[in-house]
Amino acid sequence: MKFTKLLATAAVALGLATSAFAQDKTKVGFVYVGPVGDGGWTYEHNKARLAVEAEFGDKVETTFVESVPEGADAERVMTQMALQGADLIFTTSFGYMDPTINVAKKFPDVKFEHATGYKTAENVSVYSARFYEGRAIQGHIAGKMTESNVIGYIGSFPIPEVIRGMNSAFIHARKANPDVQFKIVWAYTWFDPAKEADAAKVLIEQGADVILQHTDSTAPLAAAAAAGNIIGFGQASDMAEFADGPRVSSIIDDWAPYYIARVKAVMDGTWETKSTWDGIGAGMVGIGEITDRVPADVKAEALALKDALASGEYHAFTGPINKQDGSAWLAEGEVADDGTLAGMNFFVEGIEGDIPQ
Amino acid sequence: MLKLEKRPQPSQTFAYLTPIFAIIITMIAGGLLFMLLGKNPFEAIRTIFWDPLFGEFAFYYRPQLLVKGGPLILIAIGLSLGFRAGIWNIGAEGQYIIGAICGAGVGLAFYPMEAWFIFPLMIIAGALGGWAWAMIPALLKVKFQTNEILVSLMLVYVAEQLLASMSLGLLKNPEGHGFPGSRNLKDYSSAFNDEIITGSGMHWGVITAFIAVIFAYILLNRHMLGFSIRLTGEAPRAAKFSSVNPTRLILFCLGMSGALAGLAGLFEVSGPAGQISIDFNTGYGFTAIIVAFLGRLHPIGILFAGLLMALTYIGGEIAQANLGLPAAAIQLFQGMLLFFLLAVDLLTNYRIKRVRKETV
Repeated sequence: MKFTKLLATAAVALGLATSAFAQDKTKVGFVYVGPVGDGGWTYEHNKARLAVEAEFGDKVETTFVESVPEGADAERVMTQMALQGADLIFTTSFGYMDPTINVAKKFPDVKFEHATGYKTAENVSVYSARFYEGRAIQGHIAGKMTESNVIGYIGSFPIPEVIRGMNSAFIHARKANPDVQFKIVWAYTWFDPAKEADAAKVLIEQGADVILQHTDSTAPLAAAAAAGNIIGFGQASDMAEFADGPRVSSIIDDWAPYYIARVKAVMDGTWETKSTWDGIGAGMVGIGEITDRVPADVKAEALALKDALASGEYHAFTGPINKQDGSAWLAEGEVADDGTLAGMNFFVEGIEGDIPQ
Repeated sequence: MLKLEKRPQPSQTFAYLTPIFAIIITMIAGGLLFMLLGKNPFEAIRTIFWDPLFGEFAFYYRPQLLVKGGPLILIAIGLSLGFRAGIWNIGAEGQYIIGAICGAGVGLAFYPMEAWFIFPLMIIAGALGGWAWAMIPALLKVKFQTNEILVSLMLVYVAEQLLASMSLGLLKNPEGHGFPGSRNLKDYSSAFNDEIITGSGMHWGVITAFIAVIFAYILLNRHMLGFSIRLTGEAPRAAKFSSVNPTRLILFCLGMSGALAGLAGLFEVSGPAGQISIDFNTGYGFTAIIVAFLGRLHPIGILFAGLLMALTYIGGEIAQANLGLPAAAIQLFQGMLLFFLLAVDLLTNYRIKRVRKETV
């Protein structure tokens, strides 16, 4: 316990030291799981960091460490940021959950924001985005546009986040086209261009003419472009460089409004523990421009769906929906609760194949 | 004109001096790199090498050096035995993963029982797991003369798939809301590899690494088996004529390095990392190869090399946060270290001689 005390004293001492200068700068640290140039997940978090700098100018100082492995290394990086006087630290990967909680215990005066987790504390908030709303729009476009009625889906890991996206896309693809089939490949990686390209090729060979991806690189789009006459979507980032080719739209993570709001809250002293799960309505999930390759009527339907999701008038999981085994999940008009969605570990009726265990 | 001339005997002096030369050249080249990136090179080098040891927050970083260096040293010691005998275990990363899975699996099987024997059993399971994974390339080499470099490396990818499967299936935390990853062993005191003195960074893995250094030193210098290892590496023909049994040597070297890598994995998963997760492995098994060579395959050398490598990691993180250096620049810097070591190594076996150009 001595060490904890030592750290706490150091933190207090620093707290005192920094509070003397508190008027000039709020220090904000960011811990990234990938390189800032990944073009997807980390790239968007870093864009939001730059937005914070642009918003507050001299009043804020941001630092970041990229490619931080989850576990002991993450704990050290966070401790280091806290020791050096950070007021607020964003930890932007699910695997940082326990390290964030551990470090937060040692630095009660520092605020922490953990992305995509579920453990909160006095000084730890969690935030995530309802990407499944974007998946619903993707599913609709995919269902309307497929000619082979086979839609390929590249999953990263069989975790609730990914399964939720698959279900949402499937439900809306089926609504648009009752003959649609999903073929799913698990890549077991978030970012590995070679593996992702292989997965896309396998799916195309199996007859898929639409490729949806829940991995972060542009490799599946490149593979789709090479195969010709295949469409796909940007993931996490707009991936607009493929807009002349296979990319017909995209799901964009936009963390900037949230980051700016939270930094502001720390500055004003109004920061409180919160669990945020925002979607299209709050602007955390963006839908990239739908290209002209999509017929005008489909585009209009997709945009109408987007508006309905944004206003809250329609929920992406609205009954009747059965689980894969045929048992009832949501009754007519019933809407899924957040708890079930957060831990979703089942496919809905119609998806073939099992979730790997 | 300069000419390289082979030394009749490898130079002892240079064998000791080259690592220091390599470090100095790396600092210079690294400094130039940092300068090109628009940073003050002196500040960058100071941040990487000085701040973690003597800076304002050294009280926190010094113990972290042990946490980071411990597994590197433990794995590198095992690897160095084989490397000396020309047996190339490149797959320590895989053995590290399997050791962690087996050790954590045993611990989690007892959850939530609290008993003194759980942690020792986990240690045994971790070592056995790593050993068994290394026995695959060993047996294949002995029976079918397969190449252990390829087999052990390929098994890393198999181990990674197994790790993902364990995090999502068998070892998944039943109270984890469906998210991947096992229970956190830090919350299970019988299985938690805690610091022995709080704040010192000393956990059982670090202690084991130190014991391994001593054990390897004695083995290589005082034991017949160590002599066989050295003889096979330095004079294979002589080894053939004396009573060295190559099969036994392959099984021992691969088995030992596997067991030590497995132990490193177990101590990491039960201590600093805390849980089995999809991204549990962070490359210790590969970095240990650099550590083994940087330490001249000598136990004491490896001890220092492991700590030096840990220093560049920790200092590198500080440099990223404080100076805004990209992570890739730090990795490049670490890579330079091995590159220059191998380059300067030339001087151990060769000397530079001036020769006059002769007119024809």
